[in-house]
Amino acid sequence: MSEVTLIINDEEVKAEEGMTILEAARSAGISIPTLCYHEKLAPYGACRLCMVEIVRGPQSRLVASCVYPVEDGLIVKTESDRVTKGRKMLLELMWARAPGVQPIREYGIKYGITGVQVIRDYGVGRKNMAKFEIEPSFCILCGLCVRYCAEIKKENAIGFVGRGIGREVVFFPEIARRTCPGCQECFSLCPTGALPSHYGLVEACH
Amino acid sequence: MPRLNSAIDLERLKQEILTRADGKRIVSITNGTDGKTRHSEAVVQAFIDEVEKQGLADKVIVKSTGCHGFCEKEPSTVIFPEEICYVSLKPEDAPEIVSATLIENKIVDHLLYVDDDGNKIVHESEIPFYKYQSRIVFGNNRLIDPKNIEDYIALGGYTALAKALLEMTPEQVLEEVKKANLRGRGGGGFPAGIKWETTRNAPGEIKYVIVNADEGDPGAYMDRSLLEGNPHSVLEGLIIGAYAIGSHQGFIYVRQEYPIAVQNLSVALEQAQELGLLGSNILGSGFDFDVKVHRGAGAFVSGESSALMTAIEGRVGEPRPKYIRTAVSGIWERPSNLNNVETWATVPLIINKGSEWFTGIGTEGSKGTKIFSLVGKVNNTGLVEVPMGMTLREVIFDIGGGIPGGKKFKGVQTGGPSGGIIPESLLDTPVDFDELTKLGSMMGSGGMIVMDEDTCVVDVARYFLNFLAEESCGKCVPCREGIYQMLKILNRICEGEGREGDVEVLEEISEVVRDFSLCALGATAPNPVLSTIKYFRDEYEAHIKERRCPAGVCKALISYYIEPEKCQACLICLRNCPVGAIIGGKNLVHVIDQEKCTKCGTCFEVCPPRFDAVTRLSGAKVPEPVLAGTEVARKRGKKNE
Amino acid sequence: MQMVQEVAEVDEIIAKYGGDKSAIIQVLLDIQREHRWLSKGVLKEVSQKLEVPLSQIYHLATFYKAFGLIPKGRHSVLVCLGTACQVRGAPRLLDKVIETLKIKPGETSADMRFSLDTVNCLGCCALGPVMVVDDEHYSKPSAKEIQEITAARE
Repeated sequence: MSEVTLIINDEEVKAEEGMTILEAARSAGISIPTLCYHEKLAPYGACRLCMVEIVRGPQSRLVASCVYPVEDGLIVKTESDRVTKGRKMLLELMWARAPGVQPIREYGIKYGITGVQVIRDYGVGRKNMAKFEIEPSFCILCGLCVRYCAEIKKENAIGFVGRGIGREVVFFPEIARRTCPGCQECFSLCPTGALPSHYGLVEACH
Repeated sequence: MPRLNSAIDLERLKQEILTRADGKRIVSITNGTDGKTRHSEAVVQAFIDEVEKQGLADKVIVKSTGCHGFCEKEPSTVIFPEEICYVSLKPEDAPEIVSATLIENKIVDHLLYVDDDGNKIVHESEIPFYKYQSRIVFGNNRLIDPKNIEDYIALGGYTALAKALLEMTPEQVLEEVKKANLRGRGGGGFPAGIKWETTRNAPGEIKYVIVNADEGDPGAYMDRSLLEGNPHSVLEGLIIGAYAIGSHQGFIYVRQEYPIAVQNLSVALEQAQELGLLGSNILGSGFDFDVKVHRGAGAFVSGESSALMTAIEGRVGEPRPKYIRTAVSGIWERPSNLNNVETWATVPLIINKGSEWFTGIGTEGSKGTKIFSLVGKVNNTGLVEVPMGMTLREVIFDIGGGIPGGKKFKGVQTGGPSGGIIPESLLDTPVDFDELTKLGSMMGSGGMIVMDEDTCVVDVARYFLNFLAEESCGKCVPCREGIYQMLKILNRICEGEGREGDVEVLEEISEVVRDFSLCALGATAPNPVLSTIKYFRDEYEAHIKERRCPAGVCKALISYYIEPEKCQACLICLRNCPVGAIIGGKNLVHVIDQEKCTKCGTCFEVCPPRFDAVTRLSGAKVPEPVLAGTEVARKRGKKNE
Repeated sequence: MQMVQEVAEVDEIIAKYGGDKSAIIQVLLDIQREHRWLSKGVLKEVSQKLEVPLSQIYHLATFYKAFGLIPKGRHSVLVCLGTACQVRGAPRLLDKVIETLKIKPGETSADMRFSLDTVNCLGCCALGPVMVVDDEHYSKPSAKEIQEITAARE
């Protein structure tokens, strides 16, 4: 694996060919927000929070740093105006689904989203403060649970169904009743904390 | 049929077929999906029966073909060699045409196409709809029964393949396609030759070629008609491409909503296989190539190239991030070249006639022709093939015959849900990939939907967003949540609950959806909204500030009202109202009960034009109803109208 | 023993595609066509025979519009809501169809005769608005024609 040098936020960062921008940044201590990323799992690219701006001459474009491979001489901006503006909107969209959950609250304060002023602000009940109407499902469909069960545990006890706004994460009782009681490793991965309660409901019904 | 093992075999077969048909008239009848909705199947049978009855079976060939393009007038027929064209046929017309035209060589006047000035036109090429077209790809549909490979061969089919396999090297074929600057006809407009080259040069022995026949854009049906009517043109192009790229396995992904296309394709593959034009050692060249047909299962997003490849792998057809190009890592991570149906169908022409010929047609950046589905509020609806560079105005007015009912043109939507609406002021824009993109729309797959004064552009934007919200795979946040929120705002605007600042929020969300989405569905989703805001901002403002729908479409913003001075109590609207919302009686002024009214517009449609008593109001208060029992004011001199 | 027969039919379909895992969408399409729905038992059989996780099959079955997890009626009625048909009055056609069949899109009539669905484009745009009953396409049917066409289907 040959070494490449990229420039992240005007800082030279050395990385190995085959790494992603996110991995290279983290190795240099540069933080990029993520919600659907996990080192043990294949990058998913769904939350889009990790998007960064790459510059090539006069042109620049936005790419997901969790999947974009490093290139020698690549110029990366992780907090440009375009990037932060977009992150703010993404967080506002997610807040409408999972108001008050810790990671969105934290990032939300950093990026100044409408609906979160202080760390204690749970947002629930303050419909008129959030930019979008709160429709809590408390699942942001990051897929960490589904992917963990498929890639690491290889049990596929939990999966996606539907598409678009109707997309949901469901447990498959026939498999879950066999595998989950002794495992539950995905619970701690859930960024919103919704998973354990969801499982509890499924357990109760089956 | 015996296998063809050389170019000579192919030529011999062609001559045999032509000799058999020598001197015979051909009655080619449109019998594709469009025709079938108007009983073309029965028309074909009627001709076959009549020809048999008149003892003409050895002098006349009745050919059941796909769509010819002028779908509005189907079922229609073109009689060769004279190219006499009869339109809007019924089965009972067959005997008359057979005896008059085929036996007596006379024209059946009342079945001819009549133009705007009342002239009857005999020859197909003189009909305005066809006159200005350049049907280099689509024209052959008229002479091909898709279930008979011989028709394709008679027209020179597979000679391009023979030339490529037996006279050219793969590199030479690739060079020719590159020089022709053939850009993808599916929407992306990416140069096919360059994509082929990337695939060819990508590491790996096993490579794939794919036909994208998912055609999900609502309003577009060019690919369906090509596949149904001339499947071999697509297959031939595919095999030539496979040879140039070094692939021995192809896939044709067809949406399951096109059952006839799937059927005709299967028959075509079988027949090509039989003749040795598909499979091992094609035409004795030593080149092997096989094809699998894969049906879609009803998801627009699966027509996106990386999603389509994922579906072929047997997984849910969701798009993949594009940084690793599918030309390098596609199906099962192998180099895969995907092109649209029309793109593939153009390839044999380029090989046979040369890239110089091809680049002589079109504009600097967009070579060749493009097939459009010209539909909506236009007189001559159908499929039109025009050289790139023809203006939108020429397509819509010269070929399309303008707007029906004397209504005013409002806009033309191109590029499907990824495109935008182009207003009247920009009608002189040439049809060209880059010119259309500059306007905030795009060429797309070729859907061209014409809209008139009765179309509400805000409603159209809402319609597209609703479509995209339903079709989004839901994986990434900006597309799933962003489109949803935009749709909510548009719904509110159309329902009369628009708020100041809504347009600005729409623009704000549009930015993140466009820039942060994982695939092109999300990235282009804001186009319908942004283009309508750009060119028709006044309509948005009318909806929001005045609660008025200028086109009179948005139900929540319109009311129907019967003008008491004009009503003549004919009872027609009363009887036709599906919810019984009209009160009145003989001699009594009819009144619409606004509470019950569902705004269906039936009363508006059925009120006799000479009374013209029903009006549609928007943004204005409905006048108080007259008292019950008010008698009509009879028009002077007319009693009991 | 309908279940046994269903399973046998499913195995036949799978064999038709050579037991190829990547043909799973084609397998499901054929099953949907035969049985008019994808039952749980059938999906389990497919999962087992093709060695595809059940969760993935459920994602496929709920992602694609062609599949249904609830039985469909004997006759399918589709109304196209594609752009060209939309501009030519497809919503009104849909209203008329809803009035005639007394069910809404996505529903099946109680007597299992009809299932009504909307489609986003059938590709007959010049003849819109279009209604399809089983495999037959109808261009601009009037309310009376809709009555007649559906009454003729058992």
